[in-house]
Amino acid sequence: MTTGLLIVQILNGLQLGILLFLVAAGLTLVFGVMDFINLAHGVQYMLGAYLAVTFIGLTGSFLLGLALALAAALLIGLALEFLIFRHLYERDHLDQVLATFGLILLLNQAVKMVWGAAPLSVAVPELLSGNVRLLDGILYPTYRFVLIGAGLAVAALLWFIVEKTRTGMLLRAGASNAPMVSALGVDIRKLFMIVFAFGTMLAGFAGVMAAPILSVEPGMGDNILILAFVVIVVGGIGSIRGAFVGALIVGLVDTLGRSFMNDLLRLFMSAPSARATGAALSSMLIYLVMATVLFVRPEGLLPAKGRS
Amino acid sequence: MRLKLAFSLGAGLFALTAASAQAQEALKIGVVSVLTGPAASLGQQVRDGFQLAVDKNGGKLGGVPVQITVIDDELKPDVAVGKVRSFIDSGKVDFVVGPVFSNILGAIAKPVLDSGAFLISPNAGPSTMAGKGCHQNFFVTSYQNDQVHEVLGKYAQDQGFKRAYIIAPNYQAGKDSLAGFKRYFKGEIVDEVYAPLTSMDFASDLAKIASTKPDVVFAFLPGGLGVNFVKQWSQAGLQGKIPFLSAFTVDESTLPAQQDAAVGLYGGMTWAPNMDNAQTKAFVSAYEAAYKIVPGSYAQQAYDAAMLIDSAVKAAGGTGDKDKLRAALKKADFTSLRGKFKFNTNGYPIQDFYLVKVAKRADGKFQTEIAQKVFTDYADPHAKDCALK
Repeated sequence: MTTGLLIVQILNGLQLGILLFLVAAGLTLVFGVMDFINLAHGVQYMLGAYLAVTFIGLTGSFLLGLALALAAALLIGLALEFLIFRHLYERDHLDQVLATFGLILLLNQAVKMVWGAAPLSVAVPELLSGNVRLLDGILYPTYRFVLIGAGLAVAALLWFIVEKTRTGMLLRAGASNAPMVSALGVDIRKLFMIVFAFGTMLAGFAGVMAAPILSVEPGMGDNILILAFVVIVVGGIGSIRGAFVGALIVGLVDTLGRSFMNDLLRLFMSAPSARATGAALSSMLIYLVMATVLFVRPEGLLPAKGRS
Repeated sequence: MRLKLAFSLGAGLFALTAASAQAQEALKIGVVSVLTGPAASLGQQVRDGFQLAVDKNGGKLGGVPVQITVIDDELKPDVAVGKVRSFIDSGKVDFVVGPVFSNILGAIAKPVLDSGAFLISPNAGPSTMAGKGCHQNFFVTSYQNDQVHEVLGKYAQDQGFKRAYIIAPNYQAGKDSLAGFKRYFKGEIVDEVYAPLTSMDFASDLAKIASTKPDVVFAFLPGGLGVNFVKQWSQAGLQGKIPFLSAFTVDESTLPAQQDAAVGLYGGMTWAPNMDNAQTKAFVSAYEAAYKIVPGSYAQQAYDAAMLIDSAVKAAGGTGDKDKLRAALKKADFTSLRGKFKFNTNGYPIQDFYLVKVAKRADGKFQTEIAQKVFTDYADPHAKDCALK
């Protein structure tokens, strides 16, 4: 194990964390403010990626495609809110889970009908297709640096909105006690719609940004949804800061676990058994982290204020 | 006398109508394939490849009209068994063709074979049904699963590579794959990685590859896993630097997504769309015209399965005599797209295996192309455990 390898793996962990944060931020807001479990959030990430395939293909420009895909993701999100989610806010969690799970099945199948079942892909924008040389001659793709940068910029923007603007204040208030916000004369429906639209767009953004490095395929949102739930449980439900910290923890633990668990176990195990144990243990690691957090701090590491 | 005549006339007429009904009775075939979920693109190739052969023969196989029922196994063994059972219960099934995945085959084999129907696998070729578990009514038009991985192991060994980095998903087929590779590759294994089946990002594995600098990388990462790995492989600047051998990782089902990132990477197969024979040329152009994509091995093997049935039904004069039909199937007297094709005693093929290389065609589409022959008339090692003669 070299320093160069360690640095690359930390970057990889950060990058996974950033991607998770973009998905989890919307999920945690919707869950925290609206008390609404939206399993279909992962599907919105998938839609973002598919829209990127279409619009980047049509326009031939990554930036233009990104803008169009975001706009389309927003429109689809608003349409879904208007047609389906709006009618579920008052229902209990089981109804929400059932309805949004149904939506996953429906949209996964719809995507297959529109774009086909075979995996698709988006080329990395020409300008960013190079590599950055790190220590020991290890190359790191420029695009991944950009992804990390873009994710951090979005995180900063979110922090600004949530902490410094009036809408953000209402959001925080909503996350702490939604009925009280409503009682104070705030149009909670409108607030919900803003939160929802914004969350959808973030997931769509994550999908677009992931499209050049991951394969775009039906069901791609399902795996990331599970990880995003782990993130918000670790970070604290309804808390953007929690989602950020949780996402980085999950990203780093997963990546570093996968890369170094074998070597670690090999210190006191034979190679084949270290391999088998390492593979099993490293895929369990983030769930162990989640279980530990739940045990020590059931409300999450950085819970939204006033929520217990 | 007159009465007798009338009777015999009547009986004769009856026999005549019965005979013509016999001739007109359609060949009942179930095509079991995965048509939903991430693996659906493989299943569609199986369905379409089979259909193409039937269409080419004017909707008949062996001169008998064909009635095809397509069954989506959803890649769930329990679902597959349920649907296949109810299909069999619908009466008098002649052939079941399918499925794509070995775990589905394990689930549907018994109900199909118990019913007396022939089971032709156009893709799955598990070791369990090649050895002790072989069956006289079970035939495989693809290969025995181990063999494809062995092709790459043999090639790596022949090339004199000393250090290999090998990676597969963490499930049974992944373990079998790496075992198959190691059966022929005798050099040092730098690292043997079992990635979760749900892996999306291989950046950490790629960083390890870059830092350990192996002579060769072998990967078994089917479907979306392979798309992710190959794209990230090229983005990490490894394309063209380290030889990349793979099984089921770069093929016609994934190339539309991998595109330029896969060019120059190697796989192992029994056939490629550029195989130099007339039947392949006709097949590829007909398939592309009908379905707008380049056919892969899945479509090719399903097409061969249909041609096999065509030859056997023709030779046996229908499906009435099962023993005659079985003997005709065993002869494999059809023009395979692969050229050479014959069955071993266990119903698995004895055939040539090639190293294939991904190339970009003049029309901008991507396909695998034959690079060199690795095995000649290669039979799987399990056949000796099969009691059939």
